[in-house]
Amino acid sequence: MSSLKYLTNGLIKENPIFVLVLGTCPALAVTTSAVNGLGMGAATLFVLLCSNVIISLIKNFIPDKVRIAAFIVIIASFVTIVDLVMNAYSPELYKALGIFIPLIVVNCMILGRAEAFAQKNKVLYAFLDGLGMGLGFTLAITMMGAIREILGNGTIFNIRIFGAEGSTLLLFVLPPGAFITYGFLIAVMNRIRMKYNL
Amino acid sequence: MEYIILIISAILVNNVVLAQFLGICPFLGVSTKIDTSVGMGMAVMFVMTLANLVTYFIYNYLLVPLGIQFMQTITFIFVIAFLVQVVEIILKKSVPALYQALGIYLPLITTNCAVLGTAILAMQKELNLVMSVLYAASIAVGFTLALVLMAGIREQMVLTGNPKGMKGFPITLITAGLLSLAFMGFSGIVK
Repeated sequence: MSSLKYLTNGLIKENPIFVLVLGTCPALAVTTSAVNGLGMGAATLFVLLCSNVIISLIKNFIPDKVRIAAFIVIIASFVTIVDLVMNAYSPELYKALGIFIPLIVVNCMILGRAEAFAQKNKVLYAFLDGLGMGLGFTLAITMMGAIREILGNGTIFNIRIFGAEGSTLLLFVLPPGAFITYGFLIAVMNRIRMKYNL
Repeated sequence: MEYIILIISAILVNNVVLAQFLGICPFLGVSTKIDTSVGMGMAVMFVMTLANLVTYFIYNYLLVPLGIQFMQTITFIFVIAFLVQVVEIILKKSVPALYQALGIYLPLITTNCAVLGTAILAMQKELNLVMSVLYAASIAVGFTLALVLMAGIREQMVLTGNPKGMKGFPITLITAGLLSLAFMGFSGIVK
């Protein structure tokens, strides 16, 4: 039961996007549609989960002074795997996410979890933390992608809901829409968290 | 002419923060005062230009001949981390005044995705050496511009009353959205 809290921690209480405000670059850049958000979330989830587990496994062998460099190598290796796999099996998504796939390396959320959690905790907890944080991140950016896609394009997961093409609020799929949507989402989350004391 | 287009495009049209979403973390974190924004901007410009210079040689004379371009991400992030360390040590010894000014911002730059992003973008665009360095410097100018503009707005915004839930990140992001909207006005200048 107690280990379950590591899993739920990342989902709401310490959601990386809405509460910790980490990993904002991909959250703003790739959320032009729900599919892109989901793809980016899945890629990040994979890297976070693997790096958390590996770092937790070898935490006793890493000298303290070079730990950051060691973490970065581990993270960069998994990012390279994702980069190559996605390029091979899903070239369309790979093209849409573009430079933000290699940039998962510098997603502060991943290094942050390695430093703040994985290097101090048991493998099971590190796994659950990675899973929770990764899911929290994925849910948040998929939601953002969905909102922007509905408002900006009138579709969700490429299924048309309303409006003819060109009659929607194009602003929301353009860069300013990303900032504005994100700002309002954090405000709404703050309000909900204040009300229910989460 | 080619150079002028590159510079204008990198600074205004495809502004690194407001149009390409790179380096959002320092943009949100450091842009509270104009002084610190300028400091951060200078530190980024220094490291970014150097990083593009070094990664250009590494990519073209090491990775390409060996046929291991897929190692790009790992090598680049290492070069940047290493560079930040070296710059920090050299500045500390030789130009203590500059070190004092940039000091606290330097370590932050390692995880600034704008630096790695610019290095990778320059490789993808297949720019030559001069263009690549110029590109990095222009991107950094654009970054500084966005940071300073934002800091100027935020310095004023502290004095105004915002709704409770909007304080902090939400209002900053919405302001950034409006700033980004203003920068879209430049989009007609170059194709």
